[in-house]
Amino acid sequence: MQLSELRGHKQYSDRAFRGLAVAAAGLVLLVLGMIALTMTRRAWPAFGTEFFSSTRWSAAEGIFGALPFIWGTLYTAAIAIAIAVPISLGVSLFITQVAPPWMKKPLVYLMDLLAVVPSVVFGLWGVLVLSQHFGLGRSFLTAGIILAIMIIPIITSLSREVIETTPSSEKEAALALGATRWEMITASVLPHSTGGLVGAVMLGLGRAMGETIAAALVIGSAIGQITLNPFAPGNSMPAVIANEWGEAAENHKSALIALAVTLFIITIAVNLIATGIVQRSMKRSRGV
Amino acid sequence: MYKTIAVCVLAASCFAGCNKKKEEAGSGPATTSGAKAAEPGGPVSLNASGSTFQKPFQEAAIEGFSKIMKDAKINYGGGGSGKGRQDLADQVVDFAGADSPYKDAELAKNKGGDVLYFPILLGAITISYNVDGIDKLQLSPVTVAKIFQRDIKKWNDKEIAADNPDAKLPDADIVVAHRSDGSGTTDNFTKYLDRTAKDVWKLKSGSTVEWPADTQAGNGNPGVAQIVKSTKGAIGYVDLSDAKASGLKFALIKNQAGKYVEPSSDSASAAGDGIEVKDNLLFSALDPKGDGSYPITYQSWVIVYAKQTNPTKGAALKAYLKYLVTDAQAMLKELDFAPLPRSLAGKAVAQLDKIQVQ
Repeated sequence: MQLSELRGHKQYSDRAFRGLAVAAAGLVLLVLGMIALTMTRRAWPAFGTEFFSSTRWSAAEGIFGALPFIWGTLYTAAIAIAIAVPISLGVSLFITQVAPPWMKKPLVYLMDLLAVVPSVVFGLWGVLVLSQHFGLGRSFLTAGIILAIMIIPIITSLSREVIETTPSSEKEAALALGATRWEMITASVLPHSTGGLVGAVMLGLGRAMGETIAAALVIGSAIGQITLNPFAPGNSMPAVIANEWGEAAENHKSALIALAVTLFIITIAVNLIATGIVQRSMKRSRGV
Repeated sequence: MYKTIAVCVLAASCFAGCNKKKEEAGSGPATTSGAKAAEPGGPVSLNASGSTFQKPFQEAAIEGFSKIMKDAKINYGGGGSGKGRQDLADQVVDFAGADSPYKDAELAKNKGGDVLYFPILLGAITISYNVDGIDKLQLSPVTVAKIFQRDIKKWNDKEIAADNPDAKLPDADIVVAHRSDGSGTTDNFTKYLDRTAKDVWKLKSGSTVEWPADTQAGNGNPGVAQIVKSTKGAIGYVDLSDAKASGLKFALIKNQAGKYVEPSSDSASAAGDGIEVKDNLLFSALDPKGDGSYPITYQSWVIVYAKQTNPTKGAALKAYLKYLVTDAQAMLKELDFAPLPRSLAGKAVAQLDKIQVQ
């Protein structure tokens, strides 16, 4: 009697929880869909062949070519990844494999602290120290360095967690076979964590591409610049949106929204690719 | 992190609680004050956003007005002229500050009907520079246009020399600084060049234009001022109060009458005397007539709806607008703006009658 009462109660709360969970999941999809729909609708007038081919951005003439900003976004993100990945990987390997136990906690704490510094603080530091004090000016490189500093803690903490999941049996097996620490890392730790590491890097990449304020402050806001020269001033999609939205007229606004949609699509694509890579490598490591 | 949130929540709840206490404390004589609130003179708050150019004046005027009408609380949020116009159109603010009016196509979208423009001030855009050895620089509009679109790249260029026959110009590179954000200052500056250097200026006009890639960009007037101040050979357009605040040197600009004039409160006022004002009080102070007029002078308006549906707010708004175009005008000079010409201020006062408070 008591038991069945209990069970009835349990089923009721189970159902309620289920409903709540489904509603929450559905809401996420709904919000995402609404964002995509309304943004695309407002951006529609600006999407044309010109948008993805022209290198000119002139509100006065109504010519809106996004290429230079797409280039700026990808280029600065690439610089950031090139700087951040070796450092983050080094730090997380150091924390998990090399550092003495008493050092581990403070280090982890410090890296996590770095992750919560607001981006505008990094941006201002970039303006005052990197571009003025060190004379780097405002350029792709300055933006890349700032973005790298911002994504290092994210990549580090994710890859640290991934690396820590390496079974100690595999590490000990490598060591027992006479492997050095370096050989142990390359033979058992890295292969085991490839998927997770790629995922971590991709998440960092997503953040780097979407970063607005810090990029807007240090990238230089040059218009129509497509160049490999890292010292040239440029511009990125989120920075342009932040800078120009306030005073934009109607067609200018739809061009800016079109930039946002483009950014949206690119980040989703990056995330999908990342998920694909992670899943494939996980399957491989499990399947063999 | 949790600690911060906890503190915020605590502060917020205390804030709400304190307000409540105040209300309760005031509930003794509230039988009359409750009825009073509907009448003009009761506690009222007005919210506004828009032009950052007029913001220093708004702040000073709000402080001054609070001494006259103690119950009125006015907030001016800045954010740019475009934001102000949009906010007023969506009726999220009670008035907007703007350096340029609505476009005709936008007017139809204003939810509150017809709008009125009240001019409140004039101001100068300086051409500020940072070059060792040049203490007095004279520039004609065509030279300014050529510098800013990078046709002239050296300080000792012969066209700059032609404007400055007596100066010894150094063989230094010119660094052009402009705004990175969309701005009414850029809009007016480029309009000025589009008008006065028509055959030369290629970048057209607007709140953002296609600056050449080898130029530098800063956020807001202070951002441009900062680049000019910290970069040898730099030149940039900065409004007078920010240029003075940063201690920049600025050029004398050749006006329509052919005279080189220094930007100042007085020369911007002089510009106001030579302008043509339309019936709806719209005008442009750029490139005015008169010997003493500084040519790159621009203006700022307060925009309100002609129909005010809330009587308390409407009355307070009217009182504040009247204050802006009359008594507060005396503050402008000290803030490095220029007061409205007397005739224009009179027209603005007369236009107050067009605000219908219902």
